[in-house]
Amino acid sequence: MTSQVSSEAGEALLGEQRSAPAKPHHGTEKEVRRLDRVIIRFAGDSGDGMQLTGDRFTSETASFGNDLSTLPNFPAEIRAPAGTLPGVSSFQLHFADHDILTPGDAPNVLVAMNPAALKANIGDVPRGGEIIVNTDEFAKRAMAKVGYATSPLEDGSLDGYRVHPVPLTTLTVEALKEFGLSRKEAERSKNMFALGLLSWMYHRPTEGTETFLRQKFAKKPQIAEANVAAFRAGWNFGETTEDFAVSYEVAPATRAFPTGTYRNISGNLALSYGLVAASRQADLPLYLGSYPITPASDILHELSKHKNFGVRTFQAEDEIAGIGAALGAAFGGALGVTTTSGPGVALKSETIGLAVSLELPLLIVDIQRGGPSTGLPTKTEQADLLQAMYGRNGEAPVPVVAPRTPADCFDAAIEAARIALTYRTPVFLLSDGYLANGSEPWRIPDVDELPDLRTRFATGPNHELADGTEVFWPYKRDPETLARPWAVPGTPGLEHRIGGIEKQDGTGNISYDPANHEFMVRTRQAKIDGIDVPDIEVDDPDGARTLVLGWGSTYGPITAAVRRIRRENGHIAQAHLRHLNPFPKNLGEVLKRYEKVVVPEMNLGQLATLVRAKYLVDARSHTQVNGMPFKAEQLAAALKEAIDE
Amino acid sequence: MSEPLLHLVPRAEAQQSMKDFKSDQEVRWCPGCGDYAVLAAVQGFMPELGLAKENIVFVSGIGCSSRFPYYMNTYGMHSIHGRAPAIATGLATSRRDLSVWVVTGDGDALSIGGNHLIHALRRNVNLKILLFNNRIYGLTKGQYSPTSEVGKITKSTPMGSLDSPFNPVSLALGAEASFVARTVDSDRKHLTEVLRQAADHNGTALVEIYQNCNIFNDGAFEVLKDKDQAKEAVIRLEHGQPIRFGAENEKGVVRDPATGDLQVVTVTPETESRILIHDAHATTPTTAFALSRLADPDTLHQTPIGVFRSVERPVYDTLMADQLETALERHGKGDLSQLLAGNDTWTVVG
Repeated sequence: MTSQVSSEAGEALLGEQRSAPAKPHHGTEKEVRRLDRVIIRFAGDSGDGMQLTGDRFTSETASFGNDLSTLPNFPAEIRAPAGTLPGVSSFQLHFADHDILTPGDAPNVLVAMNPAALKANIGDVPRGGEIIVNTDEFAKRAMAKVGYATSPLEDGSLDGYRVHPVPLTTLTVEALKEFGLSRKEAERSKNMFALGLLSWMYHRPTEGTETFLRQKFAKKPQIAEANVAAFRAGWNFGETTEDFAVSYEVAPATRAFPTGTYRNISGNLALSYGLVAASRQADLPLYLGSYPITPASDILHELSKHKNFGVRTFQAEDEIAGIGAALGAAFGGALGVTTTSGPGVALKSETIGLAVSLELPLLIVDIQRGGPSTGLPTKTEQADLLQAMYGRNGEAPVPVVAPRTPADCFDAAIEAARIALTYRTPVFLLSDGYLANGSEPWRIPDVDELPDLRTRFATGPNHELADGTEVFWPYKRDPETLARPWAVPGTPGLEHRIGGIEKQDGTGNISYDPANHEFMVRTRQAKIDGIDVPDIEVDDPDGARTLVLGWGSTYGPITAAVRRIRRENGHIAQAHLRHLNPFPKNLGEVLKRYEKVVVPEMNLGQLATLVRAKYLVDARSHTQVNGMPFKAEQLAAALKEAIDE
Repeated sequence: MSEPLLHLVPRAEAQQSMKDFKSDQEVRWCPGCGDYAVLAAVQGFMPELGLAKENIVFVSGIGCSSRFPYYMNTYGMHSIHGRAPAIATGLATSRRDLSVWVVTGDGDALSIGGNHLIHALRRNVNLKILLFNNRIYGLTKGQYSPTSEVGKITKSTPMGSLDSPFNPVSLALGAEASFVARTVDSDRKHLTEVLRQAADHNGTALVEIYQNCNIFNDGAFEVLKDKDQAKEAVIRLEHGQPIRFGAENEKGVVRDPATGDLQVVTVTPETESRILIHDAHATTPTTAFALSRLADPDTLHQTPIGVFRSVERPVYDTLMADQLETALERHGKGDLSQLLAGNDTWTVVG
């Protein structure tokens, strides 16, 4: 669980994989070792089913009660050329008996289903790590394809690793020979064999996977049973083969979790649920206008399943129509949402500007990916911050909210909806590919504790003319929030016209008056600047001189890095922004308290630019744009350098 | 014939008049603009429709015609260039109790917003789209438009425009439109009759209105308006009637048996029996399309006006609402606690 800046328990134990002898496990005479945490990476060809394997291992791990964090990493191509380095798909899972924050820097165990998977991932595995290789795929041609002149299994290049050569394909085919499947069909289950083997190694529960397989292949019972058989064969292989002499236990992370009921959840799923919850809490129907785009499409898929919550999903002809429909629905009184990624935001910009001018509630969900242009569709980045802040013509301020972990996407979605509804404004929700596809345990909230988001539609006149006539003025604002009334069609007497042309204050009629425009521009800005957002909290137990300031998905790696530094008696303060527009009221004061401010970001310094401009602080950027999240160790080194400088 | 979707829109409690639909805003089109006539016709027709005016919404894009919503005392949105059909789609599909009208022009609907127009038509969203076609860009002061004739001399095309124009009726028919009509700004009676049929239609109705821009393209439709010329130039389509025109009603439209295409012939005792009877409800759009091709894009001779096509086809909003109802029947009203909990949980006790 990663919703706290620091955990109460076990900090001194973090970072190192420690092991201790444990009592012999029942049902096997093999040695069982106890570990506090493990990082496993499953890697194979795009078609090898590594994401599914990782998902299943994650589910088993979640139901066992470990804390966990995952990092799926896959190519943009649906079926990249087989056996090539760009075609490698991997899934990394970090699980522990205590509170962890990231999917881990370096895997302790690599499962490599072919030479490409080994070659692409071996560099990340420290010497001493365990490597399980599918030897069946290490034919000369397959090795040559990725530049192995000699077999890495035989030429000594893997010396220093604990290598388990396993003919996974042969064993799977052998195990399934009674199912009457073709060789090709049988081979497909090799990922389940691998999953079975790893499940044995780490004492994972198995019922969930068997139930899952029978449900997934409900229409093909023979395939379902074949997969279950492969899964069990993998387990039994571990138990009986001498090569696997040791198995490991990672105890449930009971102390790391507050009391409650938990599930594992990915960022996109949590975000989808947050939108459904916001709609219920606001008592407004949810309307999603969207165009498919990686890595945001999951939200469209998920919300499409929940029509019985009154959710309408509209797959539009393009990004512009997606947001247009959402805005049209918002005019009609719905909670309008559009979901996209960076290139889609570019196309939606004009409509976002219209929403700023119309002052209607609207959520723009941007699941950021590598850019510019098409960039890296399946990789993560935080480089849309300035686009969200400023990417429109004219002065068009839009609030920006960013979730920090996969599970936090739920709360962030509700918070974005609160701002949109209270202040009648479009709001950006900036998630990213890492949060979207990554997962972690989530304490399922009690729905009675969710915030009340109900808002009032205008029902009657709100202004009295000099002659005493009662009229409705669509741009007469609430003096506190500066929000204008939301008068939805169907309300008698409030017929009014709104549009993108500058409006006269109050009446909303077209106005080209210079003084009025000046007033309206400043008022729209003042409305956003005045949004009530909570103060930023600083975690600073030691009275540090250096502050690390982050936003969004860097929360996990930054917090892990901060823990490393403190474990070595370094002093560093940490603060993390959820609200990027407006910034928390106390941010300037917080920044000025520290001699040094370091801002790690997965872009070239966009938040640093904003805080430097706004607060005149000499914030230094630490940036990375390789499509992957920060590694805690590297980040800790960078922060340490800043502290020591 | 299925239940008219208009029945979902609340009726006005009292008798309405044209005045009820005039907003307090000063109309700011150029004096003599054809838009005035269309505005008057729409304001005059609305009381007949008898809907609660708070349940009527006009959505427009950008261009001269797109100022229209400001002058209607209903709900309205003057949006951005080309996007009105998309915005109206969101409104219409989420609020079936509203009568949603889109006002657009030839540049707005066919150039920058072409994509949204064809997709609205294909989906058959319950929208009434009034496409004011003046064959010119007015608001930007006189560039050629996607309906301008080839060779049009304008500020942006001093040596003549190069691109072939769209025929909006052909385009709409090709985009699977269930209702397509054409009328003329100055023919109040015809315009009103077309509006009547469009309003009654379930699904998207596209009404092309030939509209004179007296500043930048004056007289573009004169051949259809001048009494004498119009007799030769205009073909009035009426469902169930033979397609005949001409000063003496001496011309008629027949199908060429060799090519299947339509052609104009002089009515003689031999040809009379071959004169096409207009069938707006024909299942296929083939003949409607052929009719839309009769007009000469340069001279506008043989321009059919009236309802080309009006057929019943599933309406997107209805289908969307049906799916929501089906989901409710199958799964019951959504239970948020249950959704959040999912199937795979574990409990941590203190």
